[in-house]
Amino acid sequence: MFGNFDFDVIARSWQYLFMTGMTFTLKLTFFAMVGGIVLGTLLAMMRLSSIKPIYLAATGYVNLIRSIPLIMVIFWFYFLVPYIGAWIVGSPVPLQVGAFTSSLITFTLFEAAYYCEIMRSGIQSIPRGQVAAGQALGMSYWQTMGNIVLPQAFRNMIPVLLTQTIVLFQDVSLVYVLSITDFVGAASKVAQRDGRLVEMYLFVAVVYFVLCYGLSYLVKQLQQRVAIIR
Amino acid sequence: MIELKDVSKWYGNFQVLTDCSTQVSKGDVVVVCGPSGSGKSTLIKTVNGLEPFQKGEIVVDGISVGSPKTNLSKLRARIGMVFQNFELFPHLSIRENLTIGQIKVLGRSKEEATEKGLKYLDRVGLIAQKDKFPGQLSGGQQQRVAIARALSMDPIAMLFDEPTSALDPEMINEVLDVMVGLAQDGMTMMVVTHEMGFAKKVASHVVFMDQGRIVEDCTKDEFFNTQRSDRARDFLAKIIH
Repeated sequence: MFGNFDFDVIARSWQYLFMTGMTFTLKLTFFAMVGGIVLGTLLAMMRLSSIKPIYLAATGYVNLIRSIPLIMVIFWFYFLVPYIGAWIVGSPVPLQVGAFTSSLITFTLFEAAYYCEIMRSGIQSIPRGQVAAGQALGMSYWQTMGNIVLPQAFRNMIPVLLTQTIVLFQDVSLVYVLSITDFVGAASKVAQRDGRLVEMYLFVAVVYFVLCYGLSYLVKQLQQRVAIIR
Repeated sequence: MIELKDVSKWYGNFQVLTDCSTQVSKGDVVVVCGPSGSGKSTLIKTVNGLEPFQKGEIVVDGISVGSPKTNLSKLRARIGMVFQNFELFPHLSIRENLTIGQIKVLGRSKEEATEKGLKYLDRVGLIAQKDKFPGQLSGGQQQRVAIARALSMDPIAMLFDEPTSALDPEMINEVLDVMVGLAQDGMTMMVVTHEMGFAKKVASHVVFMDQGRIVEDCTKDEFFNTQRSDRARDFLAKIIH
């Protein structure tokens, strides 16, 4: 059945696939994760705010983003970011921001909505008495958050945050619709050049499976290590 | 030093505190007792502004707690508080629990804060536990660390919200002993507790609450010998065996 297949195409192209493609994918995943968690945490704090306009703004944002397919967001931001950039710096022509920056902004804004919900339940899982104890020591809202609540919330949520990051890692493959050379983009370029679509996409699937399954396993291991003794 | 004048508080339509007035002078140990749901924990939390109140006035060391102009964080830093559930920070070591407030709020150096924190940890008899985490200590030990944490801030007064209620019986005395020591050293204290032995030993006066009102507010001798209200008499009969 595999008689007509030529898996040599992988041997010929692996350097391009990994050095160019996978490097882009991993870089984008990493920076979007950091940006998404930072923005998501701020959104979570806003969603838990007792100040109505702050709560409404964050809740509206999260609900909006979560109701739109990722692919739409990718398209929109790819075309919008240059104009927004131009508006911010006051340039008359659309700003050239590059594929990486554009997709980084997209994924940060998109994933933040999901990280927000994770951090929100993380923050809510910390007993109210902990906040009271911080306040009783004279800490301000930001000090209580930064020193008491968020460190514990992060610790509790690390497994879920990393699981969401694995989803992000898979989602990043969608940037290939913008002809960006991520791992999938690189693979499909090689596939089309050499006419080896099935072999290439099979290989891509195997690589994704191995990486994601391996990461999930590591997350499970980590879960037991970081648990706070109570 | 602490003065409450006609303090009232509502949760929606439900009134939890009704015109509560009392005074704690410097060096006083005031024990607040009463049946559960009588509002004693709520009352003590209004003193450092952890619970807001709608009517009346609370003045601590000349500063009005209810005033919107008051910097509550600054005031709280000067009042120690000990909670029913200890509320040590589980992600920090005992040493860090003792120093975090001093460093972040009072701006002390790490060395100074550690020195002070360990001094109080030694005083509550737990210096050997300084590198452990709260989850590794027993309830009684955690509460003693919580007292040391509050003392490290050099408070002008200490509030205790049912400090022994969450403890196993055999651990109650180790915490009470620390509190008795503090009282004998002249610390100004307001203590919500059912431990009448503690009250008899060190209280300067006793406040008895029922249904959100202060029913009795008198010296401990008066309280234990001649209760004026039926409810206080009834309460004492139930808890003193």
